[in-house]
Amino acid sequence: MKLNNIDWNMMFEALKETLYMTLWTTIITFFLGLLIGLILFLTSKKNHLLLKLTNGIISSLVNVFRSIPFVILIILLVPYTKLLVGTMLGPTAALPALIVGAAPFYARLVVIGLKEVDKGVIEASKAMGANTIQVIYKVLIPESLPALLSGITVTCVMLVGYTALAGIIGAGGLGQLAYMDGFQRGRYEITFVSTLIILGIVFIIQLIGDSFTKLVDKR
Amino acid sequence: MITLKNLTKTFQNTVAVNEVDIKINKGEIFGIIGYSGAGKSTLIRMINLLEEPTSGKVMVNNKDLTLMKKKDLRLMRQKMGMIFQHFNLLWSRTVYENIAFPLEIARVNKNEINKCVLELIQLVGLVGKENAYPSQLSGGQKQRVGIARALAIFPEVLLCDEITSALDPETTNAILDLLKDINEKLGLTIVLITHEMHVIKKICHRLAVLEKGEVIETGPVLDVFTYPKKQTTKNFVKQIQSAEEQELSISHLVKKYPEGPLVLLKFIKDEASKPLISTVIRKFDVMVNILQGKVIQTNNGSYGVLHVQMIGNHVNEALSYLKSVGVIVEVITNETQ
Ligand SMILES: Nc1ncnc2c1ncn2[C@@H]1O[C@H](COP(=O)(O)OP(=O)(O)OP(=O)(O)O)[C@@H](O)[C@H]1O
Ligand SMILES: [Mg+2]
Repeated sequence: MKLNNIDWNMMFEALKETLYMTLWTTIITFFLGLLIGLILFLTSKKNHLLLKLTNGIISSLVNVFRSIPFVILIILLVPYTKLLVGTMLGPTAALPALIVGAAPFYARLVVIGLKEVDKGVIEASKAMGANTIQVIYKVLIPESLPALLSGITVTCVMLVGYTALAGIIGAGGLGQLAYMDGFQRGRYEITFVSTLIILGIVFIIQLIGDSFTKLVDKR
Repeated sequence: MITLKNLTKTFQNTVAVNEVDIKINKGEIFGIIGYSGAGKSTLIRMINLLEEPTSGKVMVNNKDLTLMKKKDLRLMRQKMGMIFQHFNLLWSRTVYENIAFPLEIARVNKNEINKCVLELIQLVGLVGKENAYPSQLSGGQKQRVGIARALAIFPEVLLCDEITSALDPETTNAILDLLKDINEKLGLTIVLITHEMHVIKKICHRLAVLEKGEVIETGPVLDVFTYPKKQTTKNFVKQIQSAEEQELSISHLVKKYPEGPLVLLKFIKDEASKPLISTVIRKFDVMVNILQGKVIQTNNGSYGVLHVQMIGNHVNEALSYLKSVGVIVEVITNETQ
C-alpha cells in the first residue's frame, strides 16, 4: 500500500463533509425524534378518540419509515430532495433522507426511555398541580436524560454509517471517497484510510456519548 | 375541611371504594386503616382527584373537586401536599431542588424559593444534605425530603399514603413525631393511611376502619381503641398489644387464678387518675388481685387496661359501682355465682 499516494487534502474535505452531515442530522434528529417520542408517549393508553387516532397514525408512520432499508429510502426520497434542496448531489442533499431514516429510530428509543420514568414521580408532580408542559420539561426529560443521551449516541453512530451509504450515491464525504476513489479505481489505500477515519469518528462519538450519559446519571 | 360523600370507585368489575362518607375537620390528623387491598390508596387518591371517582363528591373547603375545571383543580392541588410510601423523589434533582420543585411549578420567584427551601430543610432536619442526590440518602432521609416537598407550598391538607411502611420502627417513630410536630405548629389537616395500628395510636385524633372498600367503623381513636365493635377493628387493636400479653391467654389466667371471677377493666385516663381500685376495696370489702395492667397512650388521651381478680362477698356491687363511674367491665369468668 502506498500511503504517499493519498491526497490528504481530499481526505480532509471528505472528513469535513461527513462531519457536517453527521452533526446536522444528529441535531435535527434529536429534536425531531424527541418530539415524536413525546407525542407517542403522551398519547399512548389514552381513551380520548382524537389522541388514539394521533397515536395510531404517528406510530404506524414511525414503523413504516423504520422498516424501509436506508438505501431504498434515499432513492424514494429523490424527488422530494430535489424539490427541497434543488439538487440530489452533495452533503446537503443527503440531509432529508438521513433525517427521515434516523428520526423514527430515535423516536422509538425516546419512547423506551420515557417508559422507564418512575410512574410514581409523574403522579407526584401531578399531585403538586403540574400541567403537561411542566411534567415534560421538569420530569420526563430530566428523569429520562441518560436514556435520551445514550439513545442519541447510538443514533449518531448509526448516522455515520448512513452518511457513508449516502456517499456511495453521491452525497460526498468519506463514504464516497472510499467507494468511488478507492474501491472503483482500485486504490485500496484510500478505502483503508477512509475506513480508519470513520472508525475513529465512531469511537470518539461513543466516548463522548458515554461520558455525558454517565455525568447526568445520578441514580 | 374535607367531606367525602357517597364516594365510590369501580375498576372494571372490582369495587375498590364503596359509598364512603367521611368528614375530616380542620387541623386534625385523620387515620384510615385497612388491610391490603381494602381500597385505602384508591380512597386517598380520590381526595385530590388523582383517581377520578365513579360517583360521589369530594368537598374540600366547601368546593366540590369533581366539578372543577382542570386548571382550577391544578391550583387546588397546589394547596394539598401528598407524601408517598416510595417517596417518589426525582433522582435527577438534589434535595434542595426536589423541595423547590412544587414551588417552581407554582411559579414562585427564585429568592422566595431559596428562603422557603432553606427553612424547610431546617424543619425536617436535613441541614448539610442540601446538595445530596436521593440515591445518597437513607429511606428516612428520603421521606423527610418528601415531607419537606409536600410542605413547600404551604398546603392546608397533607395526604399521606403508607408513608412509614418502607421504614424501620425507629425511623417510623421519628417521621411520625415530625408529622405530629408539623400538625401542632402549622395547624395542618393530615389524612394518613396505614395498615399499622401503632401509627394510628401514635398520632391520629380520629380514624376510620376500611374493609373491602367500606368504612366499617369510625370515631375518635380513644373510643375505637376502647370499644372496638367489628372483628377487623379488634384485630387491628390486637396489633398494639404486647406479645407477652397475647401469650398470657385468658384460659391460662383462668386456670391459674380459680378463686374468684376474672375481670377486665378498661378506663379512660380521667378515671385512671382517680384511686378507683382502693375505693372499691374499701367500699365493698373485696380483695382485688391485679394480674396485669397497662396504660396505652394515644394522641387524644390514654386509656388503661387492667386484668384483675376479685374475691369477696360484694363483687357484683363493686362491679356495678365501677360501671357507674364509666369503667368498661368485662367479666371473663364467674366462679362465685
Ligand atoms: N388501576 C386499577 N385498575 C384495576 N384495579 C385496581 C386499580 N387500582 C386498584 N385496583 C383494585 O382496587 C382494590 C383496592 O386497591 P388499593 O390500591 O386502593 O388498596 P390498598 O388498600 O391501598 O392496598 P395496599 O395496602 O396493598 O396498598 C384492589 O382490589 C385493587 O386490585
Ligand atoms: Mg395502597
